[in-house]
Amino acid sequence: MTDSFEPQILAFCCKYCAYAAADLAGSMRLKYPDNIKLIQVPCTGRVDIIHILRAIEDGADGVYVAGCLEGECHFLEGNFKARRRVKYVKDTLEELGIEPERVEMYNLSSAMGPRFAEIANEMAEKIKKLGPTPVKS
Amino acid sequence: MSELKSGSNLEKVLKAGHFAFTGECGPPKGANVEHLKEKCSHLKGYVDAVNVTDNQTAVVRMSSMAASAIMVTEGVEPNYQMVCRDRNRLAMMGDVIGAYSLGIRNMLCLSGDHQKFGNHPESKNVFDIDSIQLIAMVKKMRDEGVFLNGEELDVAPKMFIGAASNPFADPFEFRVHRLATKIDAGADFIQTQCIYNMDKFRKFMKMAVDMGLTEKCYILAGVTPMKSVGMGKYMAKRVPGMDVPDEVIKRIADAGKGNYAKEGIKFACEQIEEFKEMEGVAGVHLMAIEWEERVPEISKAAGVLPRPVMD
Amino acid sequence: MIVADRKPLGELLDMVKDCKKIMVLGCKGCVTVCNVGGVKEVEVLASSIKIARKKDGNPIEVVEKTIERQCDPEYIELVKGEVNAFDAVLSMACGVGPQFLAEAYEDQTFYPAVDTKFFGGAVQHGIWEERCAGCGTCLIHYFGTLCPIARCSKSLIHGPCGGSANSVCEIDSDIECIWDTVVRKKMEQGRLDDLRQVRTPKDWRTARDGGPRKRKREELIS
Repeated sequence: MTDSFEPQILAFCCKYCAYAAADLAGSMRLKYPDNIKLIQVPCTGRVDIIHILRAIEDGADGVYVAGCLEGECHFLEGNFKARRRVKYVKDTLEELGIEPERVEMYNLSSAMGPRFAEIANEMAEKIKKLGPTPVKS
Repeated sequence: MSELKSGSNLEKVLKAGHFAFTGECGPPKGANVEHLKEKCSHLKGYVDAVNVTDNQTAVVRMSSMAASAIMVTEGVEPNYQMVCRDRNRLAMMGDVIGAYSLGIRNMLCLSGDHQKFGNHPESKNVFDIDSIQLIAMVKKMRDEGVFLNGEELDVAPKMFIGAASNPFADPFEFRVHRLATKIDAGADFIQTQCIYNMDKFRKFMKMAVDMGLTEKCYILAGVTPMKSVGMGKYMAKRVPGMDVPDEVIKRIADAGKGNYAKEGIKFACEQIEEFKEMEGVAGVHLMAIEWEERVPEISKAAGVLPRPVMD
Repeated sequence: MIVADRKPLGELLDMVKDCKKIMVLGCKGCVTVCNVGGVKEVEVLASSIKIARKKDGNPIEVVEKTIERQCDPEYIELVKGEVNAFDAVLSMACGVGPQFLAEAYEDQTFYPAVDTKFFGGAVQHGIWEERCAGCGTCLIHYFGTLCPIARCSKSLIHGPCGGSANSVCEIDSDIECIWDTVVRKKMEQGRLDDLRQVRTPKDWRTARDGGPRKRKREELIS
């Protein structure tokens, strides 16, 4: 099972940085796992606790939020808000006995195509090690 | 201060103009009456009265009333401490009458350390009234012969009423005003927090004298000989409202290992010498915490012996 | 407002461990303002419970609903047709809510999902502080409009105590010594004499000490 396990990962990507970096990674033909589903958001500040929880509830093996570098948020502090919310979800998962590492926050810029691929690979590797989500529908 | 208010030994000593010297004794953590008697035997004849703490630092012990009553039978005059943390006005008034009935003639009215510091931090506190209202209540019972509600008492408890003052808590400029309020409420004598910062205490006393407070009330300066460098550091850092200047700790440390206690006592004696001469200071309250057996030696070194015998 | 904290998830999961279908019922009053029991928090709690139960292989159905207020019978009345369809209802209102619900729907089991803490306000987003103890006889005008009953650890009427240092309370350096603030304010105003009075002991009959409290306003009763 573990060998063939392909994790379902959801990535909330800010359109000003991570989503653009994903485009760049694509045009640079960098490889990253295709089972990572990207959701474009206008700012990671738009990502609420409930959005991440719902993804976990619906069976995502991992979720990450990718926003601008700290200090570079288009809306000044949206990425800081996102980081605090990710922390809240991690704490919630811990309370529920689920590995908090299934949820992460990353920061990068639109010019960082290779970094985008690296994050995607890193997350996929980590979730593979953790195995499938214990939240079965 | 023409007639005696309570007739306690401490009151007589102070009224006669002697330099008063009081001690302190914590009741046992249990019913070890023998240990209590042994502790107070060290103090007998060396002090004018002994403070009996009331669940000090919010740690449960034998009640201060019971321990005070035992002291009375041992021929040592207690200064019965009462805190507002553990009882409401009914219990307090009942205890004041009870204490008086058991021969207790001095009491010290305190707010009490918060239970957070003690061994039952989960308990509910009372604080029905505060220390200043407690002073006023005991005075009312003594002088007007009535309870707080105005109802008459059959025999009034004639207590010599004490209060505490901490010159080192904040805001410094206000401390003397709070002292004045305690005196207005009816405090006959004051025992201060342990003094290490002499400069600050001199300033405080000057303000008290200038405001005429020392005409209305006896002020006893608090002294605690330092046993070790660790104790000094602990008090400086961990005990809120305590002011232990670095140079005092340094002085103890410089005495070298094995000499800390000796140097601590030497410093205390120097302080007492200064208090004897300081305007407005009517005596010293020696808090030799868990060091009762050294009180004879300290009082001798401090030159406060023999204690006056009053009738 | 009334400030509350959500109970730990473990405690809530234990309350509903035998349930298959529950309702999480929020309140749009104080608990919405203090971000504990409004629409959003109902969603988060419902989702968290579902995640936990799915993980245990014992899924649960959770219906979310938030009403105007849980301290008013007219709003409690609005869930009449629904509440009995659940094995239990978790109320996210203050302690008043689940009691009003239980009084209205005697056959249903209601659980408090929050711990009700104090009367206070947000000093900044995400930080609430106590301001009132609900003692029933307001005295704050004597103390520079600051309440020593609620804000002094010992509820002193004549403070500050000997443990006040650097403007913080002896019990926790995170707690302001309110008496220090009162004194400084009075000193600045040149009104220190206000603090030189010996005040009579407080009459606690108007507080909880006088028994459960009730208000009747004849002009409003129909």
